[in-house]
Amino acid sequence: MEDIKLLETIEKYLTGEMSDQEMELFETIRKNTPEIDQMVIEHSMFLQHMENYVVRRNYTKLTKKTFEHLLAAGEWTIDSAVPSKAKMIQLWNKYKRVTAIAASVGGFIAVTTSALIMYFSPSLNGNQLLQLSKDIEVIKKNQQAQGHLLNEVKSKIPENATLVSGGSGFLIDPKGFIITNAHVLKGNGAIVINNLGQELHASIIYADKNIDLALLKIEDKDFAEPAKIPFTIRKKMSDLGEEIFTLGYPRNDNDIVYGKGYLSAQKGYAGDSSSYQIQISANPGSSGAPLFNDKNELIGIISTREKLAVGVAFAIKSNKIIDLIASVKEDDELNGKADVKLHVTKVEHAISTNRKVQINNLKPYIFSVRSYN
Amino acid sequence: MKAELNEQALLKGLANNDSKAVEALYQRHFSMIQHFVLNNNGSFDDARDVFQEAMIALYEKVQSNSFVLTCQIKTYLFSICKHLWLKRLHQIGKYSSPLLVEEESISVEDDLVAFEKQDAAFAIMDRALHSLGEPCKSLLEGYYINKKGMQELAKDFGYTNADNAKNQKYKCLMRLKKLFFTQYNIGD
Repeated sequence: MEDIKLLETIEKYLTGEMSDQEMELFETIRKNTPEIDQMVIEHSMFLQHMENYVVRRNYTKLTKKTFEHLLAAGEWTIDSAVPSKAKMIQLWNKYKRVTAIAASVGGFIAVTTSALIMYFSPSLNGNQLLQLSKDIEVIKKNQQAQGHLLNEVKSKIPENATLVSGGSGFLIDPKGFIITNAHVLKGNGAIVINNLGQELHASIIYADKNIDLALLKIEDKDFAEPAKIPFTIRKKMSDLGEEIFTLGYPRNDNDIVYGKGYLSAQKGYAGDSSSYQIQISANPGSSGAPLFNDKNELIGIISTREKLAVGVAFAIKSNKIIDLIASVKEDDELNGKADVKLHVTKVEHAISTNRKVQINNLKPYIFSVRSYN
Repeated sequence: MKAELNEQALLKGLANNDSKAVEALYQRHFSMIQHFVLNNNGSFDDARDVFQEAMIALYEKVQSNSFVLTCQIKTYLFSICKHLWLKRLHQIGKYSSPLLVEEESISVEDDLVAFEKQDAAFAIMDRALHSLGEPCKSLLEGYYINKKGMQELAKDFGYTNADNAKNQKYKCLMRLKKLFFTQYNIGD
């Protein structure tokens, strides 16, 4: 009976059937009781699934009806579409060469679906491959340059300093401004390391412990300013269930790690409206790592809290970056020091890109952050 | 009327559950899939099923706020159908001859992953709902699918008042949730 009452309350809350007073009371309870919070999140997920189910069921009914109707009206005949032999032979000839190559490589039967598709849409994949290999060339070159540097400087962390904390961060302005979590910066000094292993001096410009965001600036003559930032910052809320991915440095070996998942709740822990709850398959342990959607939009910053359920993490919403920069600009003490220009999403439907290409483009803008005393 | 509806209008209609849009999509593109499936070891019924799934994938894509279609509807539907049909041929072990491809297609892997995830969730919900038994199944369907009020449901199901019906609804809902999440969490 108690359970039923609780479920009823949660459903009333989620469907907006509560009075303001009830709502306020319930939100206080939710904030102070993690179990209730978890139940709210779970039920909101369930209702979403239920809604999806209903929508699809109704739509399927509509398509079936439409099909039957058109079929009865004689739109198509069931046996009229005899295989067009002539065309098949022609196509077979056309692809005979690639087929023969495939067969000689490893037996045609074994060629996987994806490989087949590659053969049949050569222009698209050729292009992607080209772009990828180009990137590899660039990386090779950079690594050679890096090789020289490494001989000269060992580490930019002062010799007698001790590392106290670390995490990930990302560039938001070509001039060298980096966003990370405030809790990543427990020390007084910081360095950042890019995806090629190059260490760069950075100064901590601003840290807001409340929203857990901080602004760093790379101040190093070795820093090569990029021409532009390859992603935009999303101002609006993201959709529940939206596919997301992250790039960060959760490991000690400074290898960039990719993880993908989806947005599981539009509010974070204990109903915190400044963050999202996310479900992410890879290690979410990289605080300060950016969260992207497939439209090249930054939608959040991973901010790992203690006491996490496996696979569940939280991310600060991207509009908090905009807030942070606004308060940095208002701070008189920082006058002129933080002239950050944000690249905010203007067009609602940015062009969707291939994930591999997207990752390759983004990699150079993600940094490992180390803080020392 | 068909020709007047351009692609954008069609997609908009589809998003709004307009049966005219669904009809136009069937009229314009089903024969293409029919040809493709029949030429590749399939039957008319296979073509119907595969096209229906592609129609669902397109519909669910259009529904999401972040919707963007970077190619023609025809190309999109064909690409989805091609992947789904290839997969099915593999599953039934009928896949042997080189696949006959007559149309241009694009890479739809990310969309298919999303579609399959939705598909799995749909199947789990469907199974859970059906294994609930009566009157739970009809009661929940009445509330969540047919959007009936508690008063009306009480009358339909012979409960003395709306409160009793509501209690029963929540009891059923708890069972459904349990059934759903047991499956859903294993699946993920």
